[in-house]
Amino acid sequence: MDFANYDPARASREIISAKIVVAGGFGVGKTTLVGAISEITPLTTEAIMTAAGVGIDDPSKVPGKETTTVAMDFGRITMAQDLILYLFGTPGQTRFWFMWDEIIRGAVGAAVLVDTRRITDAFAPLDYFENRKLPYVVALNRFDGAPNYELAEVREALAIPADVPLVLTDARSRDSVKQVLVTVVEHAMSRLQAEHNRGYPTPVG
Amino acid sequence: MDGRRTESRGELVRPYAVTRGRTEPQQDITLEAVLSASATAAAESRFAGHDKHRIATICEGRAQSLAEIAAYTRMPLGVTRVLVADMVAEGLLTLHTAAPTMGFVERMNLLGRVLSGLREL
Repeated sequence: MDFANYDPARASREIISAKIVVAGGFGVGKTTLVGAISEITPLTTEAIMTAAGVGIDDPSKVPGKETTTVAMDFGRITMAQDLILYLFGTPGQTRFWFMWDEIIRGAVGAAVLVDTRRITDAFAPLDYFENRKLPYVVALNRFDGAPNYELAEVREALAIPADVPLVLTDARSRDSVKQVLVTVVEHAMSRLQAEHNRGYPTPVG
Repeated sequence: MDGRRTESRGELVRPYAVTRGRTEPQQDITLEAVLSASATAAAESRFAGHDKHRIATICEGRAQSLAEIAAYTRMPLGVTRVLVADMVAEGLLTLHTAAPTMGFVERMNLLGRVLSGLREL
């Protein structure tokens, strides 16, 4: 092979990319979770929004058309030469729901991260996914000194449907995060299989 | 623009100036869709302007997602998407496929590959 003319971008096969979404309230550990398993230090991409068109918390504070920046953190796992998995964290503030639609579009599935010290913060993200077709799992992030609830208690308190997997995790631990992502993909596979058996394929996203 | 702007880049360039005011991309590109540039295309991009050349350099010989390009160039996502879609139309970037969203077999195969990829980590 003539390496001088070797062009990997041209020589390589078609590359497929997939994405898993990591959702949850502000400060729940989404970026920590992404960073625990990503091959790159989590990156941030910013979208600029015209604040006047957004469901802002207090419209009186925004007299004219101003811009606001929504940041989302993400990581990458190159699984094969032709397969890359991206992990996208959602913006924490609930006023940026509209960005979530863009982030989940085409995703394989999602993990909703819950902090047991602020369990009510999970209501809004869980509501969001209950009303979408995207398969999701709920992961309880164990913070030091956090109340030690039983999974069944949390499931009841948050009204998590019986068919939605609920797991414990430590967002700082690579192995633990890996297990959460495995659960997301397994759940997505069983959902897809169930839909297929019923004969009602639903497109994702 | 006043002090209430939460923009953190500290630049006063109007976001869509680099796209000459266009805010709609020529084709829709998802956040995770990957792009690559051949060495030839990267060389050609020198004549396509500073921003496009920067993007082609980032993608030369390695696949980078739209989100990565936006993060590395520190350009807002919407602006990056317009430029990247232009570059695909101009043949400066190759757009690879995002995960299939239709077809049972295709989706199941992809999920299976992602699952084994995760288990091997």
